Order: sequence, then structure tokens, then C-alpha cells
Amino acid sequence: MPQDSSTKKTPAVLIIACGNPNRADDTAGMLAAARLCELGIAVRICGGGAPDLMEAWSAADNVIVIDCVVTGAAPGTVQIWDASRPLPLQRSSSTHGIGLAEAVELARAIGCLPARLRIYGIEGKNFEVGGAVSAEVKEGVSKAVGKIAAEAGKGN
Amino acid sequence: MSGRGTRTIKVDTLARVEGEGELYIKMAGDRVSDVKLRIYEPPRMFEAFLRGRHFSEAPDITARICGICPIAYQMSAVHAIERALGIKIDPAVRLLRRLFYCGEWIESHALHVYMLHAPDFLGYQDVIEMARDHRDVVEKALRLKKIGNRIVQLMGGREIHPISAAVGGFYKVPSRIQLRDLVVDLQWALNASLDTVRWTSTLQFPDFEQDYEFVALRHPAEYALCEGRLVSNHGLDIDPAEYEDRFAELHVKHSNALHSIVRGRGSYLVGPLARFNLNFDKLPDTARQAATDAKLRPPVTNLFRSIQVRAVELVFACVEALRIIADYEPPSSPRVDVSNRTGVGQAITEAPRGILYHRYAVDEKGIIVTAKIVPPTSQNQRRIEDDLREYAAQLAAWPLEEATWKCEQAVRCYDPCISCATHFLKVVIHRE
Repeated sequence: MPQDSSTKKTPAVLIIACGNPNRADDTAGMLAAARLCELGIAVRICGGGAPDLMEAWSAADNVIVIDCVVTGAAPGTVQIWDASRPLPLQRSSSTHGIGLAEAVELARAIGCLPARLRIYGIEGKNFEVGGAVSAEVKEGVSKAVGKIAAEAGKGN
Repeated sequence: MSGRGTRTIKVDTLARVEGEGELYIKMAGDRVSDVKLRIYEPPRMFEAFLRGRHFSEAPDITARICGICPIAYQMSAVHAIERALGIKIDPAVRLLRRLFYCGEWIESHALHVYMLHAPDFLGYQDVIEMARDHRDVVEKALRLKKIGNRIVQLMGGREIHPISAAVGGFYKVPSRIQLRDLVVDLQWALNASLDTVRWTSTLQFPDFEQDYEFVALRHPAEYALCEGRLVSNHGLDIDPAEYEDRFAELHVKHSNALHSIVRGRGSYLVGPLARFNLNFDKLPDTARQAATDAKLRPPVTNLFRSIQVRAVELVFACVEALRIIADYEPPSSPRVDVSNRTGVGQAITEAPRGILYHRYAVDEKGIIVTAKIVPPTSQNQRRIEDDLREYAAQLAAWPLEEATWKCEQAVRCYDPCISCATHFLKVVIHRE
């Protein structure tokens, strides 16, 4: 599991990874963060609760957040949302209480959304406590890492 | 309105609680025939994780049980293990642990009061709706939480899964300068907390009073956080080591989590209301006066006034943190030497949501043989069901949708933290 690398030099894009490592596919964000760190790309780990996310991105203009999502898509699907438009929001369907979608909308409501914010959501299927990450999600992590690494200018 | 008819109240999503579960209420007219709070809590997974591990790993493992209150789990763990090993900690370390806990209380209570609970009282579906009209309120909450985070990060080494707490003390303690760097923020937080007490006193509260058995820690000299006897307003007064003699955990068919009862009696309530009612005299003057000015004095038996009590506890946490920082002298060593030995130890500390019980048995090599953890929210489960049995009956004449929403709000008074799980609480009220 990657250490919080927020003490590294601030990158052009701030990458934030969320998740619950005890909940199987909810580890997706953390796995992606570990892979990105191996590529020399700094990632900030965040619990995923709205206040923590809003604090994490408060000083950045260009932000990517990686997290596991549940939208009904096929497990492992990587979806990218641009937060300049309202997110499809379900009430508290999050491992983090007031979660990522709420964080974005709350930030929008009080005027502290980053100028550019994208969410890379990896569709999960299994959230059993202590369970293993599904093969589909591992593949989704690879895809997400590839896309983010390309944006950050490093190969996968 | 259904009047004398029967109906089911079902809420697919109970928002703004930390965790996962479902509430089902079955009614015939104004008679509630069934209430089931289904908690999908991890079935003792962490107790299993702990078995076979060295006791020194317990703080790190238990911190992962809950992302909102990791310090509570760490504190109950270290105190229980220290009891098992016969360890006495440095008085300065004892104060640092209280400071650590204050940080968590500030974070947790600020989040709950403003972002989870306040929308209910102001008529909003959620904090996002509320933020559009009350931006200043949300910004205050975020700043309060950030100040709590600063304490936790400084004491714990990082915000998420703090790493500094250890059996015997801490791996590293802050300097006086580092702590004094928190003072300006804490003074702001204290004023904001006093404002919070005043603001919550303007809210409208449903008329819902119950005869609770309140259970909390009580310490002779302070508002208890990590030490004390376990007391209740029904005569309980025990050492934490006697907890399992006086409290039982029951398996219920409809819930993954166990229900706790006082043996021979029944449900009980832990958390801010219990602490306030049992320890009002131990609050610092500033907090006691703020409560009095808000016409809030024990016994508080209206569940919905828990938002006021959390505000008073915010004041306490800020006052206590400032006091500890003002008097701080670093310990000669961040932790005492700890040796392996056989032992059994129990401890109870006051998580933001109520008492958190840990028991560990360790062998001669320091390996955890057995572990038992009873979180506050699981202790409140039966009481939540009892409350809803009464409250849903009062709502018999309300339209189904509104009654359902009201029941969700009642559950939120408990600030339930259902093991930081996925998803959400589903509430189903069935009116036949």
C-alpha cells in the first residue's frame, strides 16, 4: 500500500486515490495509487469522505480522483466523469459516508471546486469485508493507470 | 393519510449514517408489530484478524475498523493490552492520549452536527441542499473538522490510520512548539463550538422523551475519555473488567451484528446523551455554562437533543485540548518498556458515539490468543429498535413518505457508525 506522497513536489495534476482496503474491490483506488507510485507518479491517499477530499484538492487547479464506483456497469469498467457537469448522484452509496459524489457537489455548492476535476471510477462488484479484489477490477485498475499515466506523461 | 389502516414504512436508503444496514417497521394502525434494524456489520472479522498477532500490532489493526474513529479503537486496544501486561504509562502520555481523543471528537462531532444531522432540522434532504442556502455553516463545519484533523495528524503521524499510538505510549510525541502551533486554531474552534451550542438551541425538536438506561464511563476528576468506572442512571457502577458479567450480546436473526443488553434489564443507550447526563458535573466550566445558557441540563431524555449535546461536547474537546497544550511537558520517554507476558485485560474508552469495549488475552510470547470488541453502535442497536417502536407509533397518522423520513432522522440521532461499511441504511416501514 503506497504511503501518502503528498509531501512530494506538487505535480501539475494532483492525483487523489480513495478507497477502503478492507472491502475487496473498494481497494481499487489504492491499487491504482500503488501502480502509479511505481511509475514515479505522486498520488495522495484520501479516506474518501467529503471533508477530507475537499481539503485534499483545495490548493490544486487540476485534479484526478480515482475510486471504486457502483453504477451498474460491468465490473472493471473504467468511467471518467468531468466534474464541470453535475455528477449522477445517489444518496450516500459510498464506503466513505458522505462520499466522493457528494464532495464534488458540496464543493460546487460552496464554490470550492477545482478548475478541472476528473473522476476515474472503476466499477466494483464485490465489497465483502476482508474479501479479495476481483479479477475484473484488477484489470480495470490497469486500464485506469494506463490512462492516467499517459496523461501524466509516463509510460505504463 | 392511512389512519387506522396497516402499512409498511420502507426506506431504501438511510442517508448520512456511516455504514450499512436496513430498518424495517411493520405497523397496524398506530400499533407497531415489528421493528428490525438489520446491520450488515462485518461479523467479527477484526477479532479474527487479531488472533495470532503480536499485541504490538493491535493499535494498527484496530485503527482500520473505522475510518471515522480510529483513535477510539486504538485507545481501547492499548489500554486493554496495558492492563493485561500490568503497564503504567507516563502521566504526560496519558494527557497526550486525551488530546489525541479530543482531536477525534472535534472531527466526528463537527461532521455529524453540521453535515449529517443539521439538514434534518433545517428541512433539507442533505448537506448539499443545505450548503446552497447556508454556505457559512458548511464552511464552519469544514474548518472545525480540519482543526480536529490537525490534532489527529500531529499526534498520530497521519490523518488516515494513525500510526503513532503504541502499547506503552506513542512511537513519537510532539514538541511543545508543535502543540502550541495548534492554539490559534483551537481558540477559533472553541468560539465556533460555543456558537454551535447557541445555534443548536434555536432548533425545533420533536416531542419524544424516553426512559433510557444511560451507560457511560465516569472518572472522579474529569470528563471521562479513556479511564473510569462504568456507570448508569439505573445503579450500575463497575470496573470495565466486569463488563461481560453485566452485559450480554445476543444473536438476532435479522442482523449480522450482535445486540447488547444489560443482563436482567434490556436495552441501554451509550454516547453523548449518556455522558452528558452522567457526567455533567465533570464538564469544564465553559462547557457547563454554555449548556446552562442554552437551557440544557441533565436529565436530557429527548433523543433529538443529541445535536445540542454534541455541540456542548465540541466545547469540552476544545477547552480540554487547550488546557492540555498549555500545561504540556514532554514525557522523558514517549513510551515505557513493554515485555511479553501472559495476561488478560479489558478496557473501555469513550468513542464519539459511546463506550467501546476491548478485551485481549495474550500468551507468554505476547501473541493475542483471544480478542473481543464491542463497538458503541452495536450496543445501541436494541435501543434504536425500541425507540423506533415508540416513535413510529406516534407517526401512525403521518403520510407514509414523511413518516419514513422521520424514522430515518431518529436513527441519525444516534450518529450510527456501522463499521465504515459500503453503502447505506435502508429503512422499510410496512403498514398493513
